[in-house]
Amino acid sequence: MYVRILSLFAAVVLLAGCESASTSSQGAAGGGATTTLGQTAVAPVGPVPGSVDDMRVNVGDRVFYDYNRSDLKPESRAQIERWAAWLTRYPQRTVVIEGHCDERGTREFNLALGERRANAARQYLLSLGVAANRVTTISYGKERPTVAGNNEAAWSKNRRAVLDVRS
Amino acid sequence: MKRTSPSLVLAAWLMLFLVLAALPATAQGLKVDITRGQLQPMPVAVVEFQGLSPDAATRGKEIADVVSADLERSGLFRPLDRRAFLDPAGPITVWPNFNNWRVVNAQALVVGATEFQADGQLRVEFRLWDVYAGLLLTGFTLSSAPANWRRVAHLVADEIYKRLTGEDGYFDTRIVYISESGPAQRRVKRLAIMDQDGESHKFLTDGGALVLTPRFSPSAQEITYLSYFNNKPRVYLFNVSTGAQEVLGDFPGMTFAPRFSPDGNKVVMSMASEGNSEIYTMDLRTREVRRLTNHPAIDTAPCYSPDGTRIVFESDRGGSQQLYLMGADGGEAKRISFGEGHYGTPVWSPRGDLIAFTRIYQGRFAVGVMRTDGSGARILAEDYLIEAPTWSPNGRVLMFFRQQPSTAGGAARSRLYSIDLTGYNEREIMTPLDASDPAWSPLGAKKG
Repeated sequence: MYVRILSLFAAVVLLAGCESASTSSQGAAGGGATTTLGQTAVAPVGPVPGSVDDMRVNVGDRVFYDYNRSDLKPESRAQIERWAAWLTRYPQRTVVIEGHCDERGTREFNLALGERRANAARQYLLSLGVAANRVTTISYGKERPTVAGNNEAAWSKNRRAVLDVRS
Repeated sequence: MKRTSPSLVLAAWLMLFLVLAALPATAQGLKVDITRGQLQPMPVAVVEFQGLSPDAATRGKEIADVVSADLERSGLFRPLDRRAFLDPAGPITVWPNFNNWRVVNAQALVVGATEFQADGQLRVEFRLWDVYAGLLLTGFTLSSAPANWRRVAHLVADEIYKRLTGEDGYFDTRIVYISESGPAQRRVKRLAIMDQDGESHKFLTDGGALVLTPRFSPSAQEITYLSYFNNKPRVYLFNVSTGAQEVLGDFPGMTFAPRFSPDGNKVVMSMASEGNSEIYTMDLRTREVRRLTNHPAIDTAPCYSPDGTRIVFESDRGGSQQLYLMGADGGEAKRISFGEGHYGTPVWSPRGDLIAFTRIYQGRFAVGVMRTDGSGARILAEDYLIEAPTWSPNGRVLMFFRQQPSTAGGAARSRLYSIDLTGYNEREIMTPLDASDPAWSPLGAKKG
């Protein structure tokens, strides 16, 4: 799946014809998957490199937290390291990290907790060399769940930080 | 009268009709004890207010209906079915035939008259009688713009409540809250305002920006709230009269959880910086900003004591979300909540003796009250998700919101409820759409 997406993506890049050099290193940075540039042109349906869709589809735009926690789990650190690599590749991009909570906290506390979660992700991103002025945070508390539901399966998806490409 | 300034249209307010002059000061008459749940609310006969013209008679019936509904919702009174009345339309000027009211088991009798005056004003007169003692308990006459007839009715209900319970009523008040619609993932939230009985409903914002946690100023002329306008969550002020919105201060990070100080001169709120939330005040006259807490933990949801000397807030500085007390200028904070679970959203009672809170314990939410030293915690309502208590201005009733468990793909139903401090008499407050974050206005607040 991942390889297929990258192939489509590479084809698009070929059509775009300007960022193939940076794209060829995408596979290695993207977790070990490798691909070669497609030989045949296909319809340009993949995400534009460096776009918010590129981030979401090819890099992964979110990390998850335990209940009432804001510390980064090992898989979250790995994900944020992929963010850092992507941001290094597209140095013109600035991003916002959104902090979110599940609905099992009070409103104001969740606003504060969402800020704390977004900041934990941001601080790790900065420690990886991303310039501070490229990364801002915003907390949505429990206002923007991604999954509606009243069980841990839904809540665990909602306790998250999401990297949003702003410009 | 210790009521705060009434509206201009009601400037002739409470020419507190001294029909009472003849009443001995020692007369006690009827008394309702509001410190315990009323298993047997007092039966009250509220007669249609009489009007000479058809318009005045119609409005008189509507006023009596609003008075009845106020009294009924309080849980302390049981308005009787008018069809049982033997004297359905006795003139206000006539001494009541108390036997006819005893027969229908009325303990109190409310009669009134309405008149559209030549100057365009609506004149309303009412009297409250003790049926068994045959005593006139209270009454007044007031004139107002006809459009304010609902407010006049609430003032009548407040006067009845005050005379029969010994405490101020809470019917001439408004609720500001967050109206909600749409799916959970893209919930549209709007600032909305209504009378405490759900009437005169009005949306104040269009839903373009996410808004949260509105609270009234002491004059009820302003509302402070959180808006995500331009994707920058900041505390705003909303002027109820003009509709003007103004961001409060120029803060580098998210400001949230605002509340006015009791004198209305300051707003206390949180600001988040580098992931850490601290409590600040901003003086609305000088724009001076002061930081009150300095701790790497979350410090938020501040609320002043009614005398303005202390602030209760929530913090996880001890490892979990709990309630803390500090002076109004900050300084050392003392934890006051020690029960099981997490405690948040502290709101000081207008009477000063209690703090309402939301508790989260074993995955369920509860709204309760504790004394200001944290002792005597008592749960009033418990459910899957209930939150955000707000006090009636007399400190006898709390309002909060209850959100039903959301189902996959569907939005969770969320509504406002009131409950007596006794833990009895829970009532849903009718709103056009879903609702959350209610805030009760002070008594006798001017209307915008």
